[in-house]
Amino acid sequence: MATVEVTFTPLPAHVRTARLVATAVARRSGVDESLLDEVRLAVGEACSRAVEAHQRHCPAEPVRIEMTDQDQRFVVTVSDHAPTGPARPASPATDTGSPGGAGTDGAGRDGASRDGMEHDGLDHDGIGYEAIGHDGESAIPAGFGLAVISGLAEDVRVLSTSSGVSVRMSWPSTAAAS
Amino acid sequence: MDLKLGHYNKDGIEVVDVEGEIDVYTALRLRELLIDLVNKNNYQLVVNMEKVEFLDSTGLGVLVGGLKRVRAHDGSLDLVCTQERILKIFRITGLTKVFGIHNTVDEAIAAKKSEK
Repeated sequence: MATVEVTFTPLPAHVRTARLVATAVARRSGVDESLLDEVRLAVGEACSRAVEAHQRHCPAEPVRIEMTDQDQRFVVTVSDHAPTGPARPASPATDTGSPGGAGTDGAGRDGASRDGMEHDGLDHDGIGYEAIGHDGESAIPAGFGLAVISGLAEDVRVLSTSSGVSVRMSWPSTAAAS
Repeated sequence: MDLKLGHYNKDGIEVVDVEGEIDVYTALRLRELLIDLVNKNNYQLVVNMEKVEFLDSTGLGVLVGGLKRVRAHDGSLDLVCTQERILKIFRITGLTKVFGIHNTVDEAIAAKKSEK
């Protein structure tokens, strides 16, 4: 099992670097070229929501990404350490399954449940809204980024605990572990 | 690459050229440009995304925000995009039903004029 870990200060400017690294590691892990755009976008979305959460709660704490090969799959886990309050028993984890409707519903539910604990989830521009300004209008609902991830990744699991949220995504890979 | 923005008026319609990556870091600049154009009474907008290399949900939020602003003045915001990897994001999120998406700037302008 080969593992690459990246930690970065929760600044929007570093999200691009994170997704470039993830794309490079995915390519090296044997993820098909046709899937690399999906990896790039999904990892970027996960990092964006983690950056937002850290900026809100713990701007000194780094965001962590772990990339590894497991059983012929390239697995990316983006973890934040922003407190979310008591874990919600209704959504301790969600396996959103295949791309499309069911997955989108699952992630939307998870994103909504988490964000709902911290703010109203309706009156801003969505993920990263603090970085792009807040004018009180409703453009994109909270949890939208997670919905995008679910539409992209074959397998997405969102684990929300009192100590933070982990978004685990995986794609098929062909490279032998090294 | 970074985000490059430009805009020009053609046949009374403001065309915004976007090049590069629209993400959580760069979307602020696009948002400010769209707000500035609306504040200067430009309510018929076409955003040309043919040279956009990356678009995330933050960028989508900015485009939806722009659409809401122009609609508040009975305007519209259409997109020019033929790149499959960008169109896919609009399809996943259902936003293909919200935006008019065209193949060329001229086609977008013609569509807007026919709506008037």
